[in-house]
Amino acid sequence: MFVLVEMVDTVRIPPWNFQSKLNEAISEELNKKLANKVVYNVGLCICLYDITKLEDSYIFPGDGASHTKVHFRYVVFHPFLDEILVGKIKYCSQEGVHVTMDFFDDILIPPESLQQPAKFDEAEQVWLWEYETDEGAHDLYMDQGEEIRFRVADELFVDTSPTGPATAAKETPAQPGQSTAPPAEERGEKKEPPYTLIGTICEPGLGLLSWWNS
Amino acid sequence: MYFPCFRKNANAAMLSNYEVFKLLTDLKEKRKDSGRNKHSVGQQNLNTITYETLKHLSNTPCSRQSPEIVKEFLTTMMPHKLTNRAEKLQLLNHRPQTAVEIQLMVEESEERLSEEQIEELIQTVSDILPGDPEQQNVAPAEAEMDEGGEQS
Repeated sequence: MFVLVEMVDTVRIPPWNFQSKLNEAISEELNKKLANKVVYNVGLCICLYDITKLEDSYIFPGDGASHTKVHFRYVVFHPFLDEILVGKIKYCSQEGVHVTMDFFDDILIPPESLQQPAKFDEAEQVWLWEYETDEGAHDLYMDQGEEIRFRVADELFVDTSPTGPATAAKETPAQPGQSTAPPAEERGEKKEPPYTLIGTICEPGLGLLSWWNS
Repeated sequence: MYFPCFRKNANAAMLSNYEVFKLLTDLKEKRKDSGRNKHSVGQQNLNTITYETLKHLSNTPCSRQSPEIVKEFLTTMMPHKLTNRAEKLQLLNHRPQTAVEIQLMVEESEERLSEEQIEELIQTVSDILPGDPEQQNVAPAEAEMDEGGEQS
């Protein structure tokens, strides 16, 4: 679920923080920059693990702050492909079952990856598994708040950096239902999360924990 | 979303849930003591992610583990033919109690392990990794119970 990622960055420490120990000031800056943020193609950054190397600090003309190149390791949430994870059902929609792990919310289990046969109950807005037994079909509902075990099938990183005005002017107006990434965002339409996990529960043992506990 | 730093090694090492749990718990203690600026705007993100991650991890087996338990687990796992580091990690993080769960985490378990070996694995995991005290009172549906053995 978590990995250690080695990174290098230049940390700027403003003069009013010069009274703190360098390591502490740097840790604070790094956590301020990275904690709870998604790094493209890396994962969700949790917290600083350690500082492995500090290069010399420099002060540049016109800026009173010190700049230090830091080699460090950061704890990152980045489950590997096929990893088994346990989360809670946030809500269901036509797109599938949305799962949350408290600190990470953008997990989706699409309809084709649910235990089959699956049906979407429009009235209650919930997906259910039409489980066949000798006595007939049992409807197993995937209710909000239920704990769910799933396998990581895929991950999607989206570059959500701001785009320049030139891109926005060039594009043609988007038709409803058509999605184009950055311009759609600027129009205030559905924002894409920077990091999404696609899960599957189409295997014995996967799905609601209550389905498999004796 | 941040696009920064040059990334030296994207997967330098996998961390067990326990290691992250311990790191965050220690960090929380340290910040509680220093008090100074943990509520400043800049630290809000760290506070949020620490709180939420600890919240999630406290409901998992790692919250009941310790460095000694992890070490014992890894040592005992060695003869069990689990060559893949990721498999041992998942067993450590999830503490599976049924054959079905083992099959999810161990690749091609039907081919690599006999039924007996899977049972042995479940027993080892159960013995070494502490379980949820709330669930300990539920009698496990194992053959041993038929012999009239009492769980204390």
